[in-house]
Amino acid sequence: MTEQLGLVVLDHVNKWYGQTQALKDINLSIARGEVVVVIGPSGSGKSTLCRTINRLETINEGTITLDGRPLPAEGKALAALRADVGMVFQSFNLFAHKTVLENVTLGPIKVRGLDKAAAEKKARELLDRVGVAGHAEKYPAQLSGGQQQRVAIARALAMDPEVMLFDEPTSALDPEMIKEVLDVMVGLAKQGMTMVVVTHEMGFARTAADRVVFMADGAIVEEAAPEQFFTNPSTDRAKDFLGKVLQH
Amino acid sequence: MDAVRDNWRDVLYAFGLTVEISVLAGVIALVLGFLLGALRVSPVPVGRAVAAVYVRLVRNTPLLLIMLITTFTLPVLGLRPDINLNDWFGIDSHNRMLNLNFFVLCATGALGLYTAAFVCEAVRSGINSIPIGQAEAARSIGMTFGQTLRLVVLPQAYRAVIPPLTSTMIAMTKNSSVAVGVGVTDATFQMRKLNNDNGDQILQIFVTFAIGYMILVFLISAVGSLLERRAAA
Ligand SMILES: Nc1ncnc2c1ncn2[C@@H]1O[C@H](COP(=O)(O)OP(=O)(O)O)[C@@H](O)[C@H]1O
Ligand SMILES: [Mg+2]
Repeated sequence: MTEQLGLVVLDHVNKWYGQTQALKDINLSIARGEVVVVIGPSGSGKSTLCRTINRLETINEGTITLDGRPLPAEGKALAALRADVGMVFQSFNLFAHKTVLENVTLGPIKVRGLDKAAAEKKARELLDRVGVAGHAEKYPAQLSGGQQQRVAIARALAMDPEVMLFDEPTSALDPEMIKEVLDVMVGLAKQGMTMVVVTHEMGFARTAADRVVFMADGAIVEEAAPEQFFTNPSTDRAKDFLGKVLQH
Repeated sequence: MDAVRDNWRDVLYAFGLTVEISVLAGVIALVLGFLLGALRVSPVPVGRAVAAVYVRLVRNTPLLLIMLITTFTLPVLGLRPDINLNDWFGIDSHNRMLNLNFFVLCATGALGLYTAAFVCEAVRSGINSIPIGQAEAARSIGMTFGQTLRLVVLPQAYRAVIPPLTSTMIAMTKNSSVAVGVGVTDATFQMRKLNNDNGDQILQIFVTFAIGYMILVFLISAVGSLLERRAAA
């Protein structure tokens, strides 16, 4: 049974927004240490997929389990689950009223119960790892997009998550900043982090991904190893999509 | 004979009672209003519904009617009009400035309940002015709803909430004058009394009381701008 193998397992998941079906019978099992890139046209349900995994969105049918545990409903148990699932947003969403250091220590102190000194020590190590150690005392608005996104990654890592979700982490960035963020993500992948990454960065998919999942109209249309997917996709939808994307 | 000058003590006492009612109602309104505001954005549908219905109901009911309801239905429900909190706090029941008799309590409670609906809406709009991504990021690192609100959303909403809350508190202070309708001897009551006794000086008396209310409102505005400036720093 895949249910025992996967760290994150989605089983016959359906989700509607009113009349629109955003997820159609999604079955996906992500193994510990695996890096899965999710790709597909706008509106195909990629964000929704990410957001259901840490239950920022609820699902209507099916089950999602993390390490064998089904996602709890609202409340303390759900909060605890979210602490184990890191999320990086397209728009960074750093806490605007907190310094970079506070952004990274807030969760460990308030959610994990770490003392301030320990949380700050760990935060500075993480900020160093993502290359923004020099900006610890600044506020998010004083940083470039690429720097903010790296802080957001550090903030998520500070919780020691079991899996990290990235929803188009480089889509809001200027081209010259994309690489600095992708480099951090490649590093994470190499260190064995379990990752679900919504991105159209094929370079990243080729270097870091174990598997590419192609979505269209809320359904998973094709799953393949990156090289195979990009050079020889098996479905027409994927061929069509790649044709459009590669023209640019 | 100068009605205001001859009765300045009564005028002062009456304004004292207005201040007392406003302060107590303000505390009720702020505490209840923030709780309702939090309920309004809570993940629990029942909580959201309760807060929404409260605001709908209370905002669409005239304040005088709410005061009449508290004053006249509580006795029907068994709370006797001779109940008061004066003994509790060691207040002389003849003290006109500081008095917690049944009518003052009912009027104050009604004013607090009524104003809470407006506080709730100010808090809600302040919360809604903060991008949703802030709350989502907080939830994503495992914060509970309460932590998200307290640590991330409200500190940012604070600045946006102060100006409408100041207006709400000003409106509340002026609305306290409605309490005269249920027999509370506040500033407006005293104004009417003086007018009845001194028909020749109506204009002076009106102006005096208008200035009195203006001073109270000015004080609230001053506190509001002070908080606003501190929040901006
Ligand atoms: N909050 C929402 N309310 C209503 N419809 C939504 C909402 N979020 C997404 N949708 C719809 O769900 C579908 C999938 O959206 P999304 O997951 O954001 O796609 P993607 O991330 O692949 O662009 C789209 O049709 C979108 O319009
Ligand atoms: Mg999206």
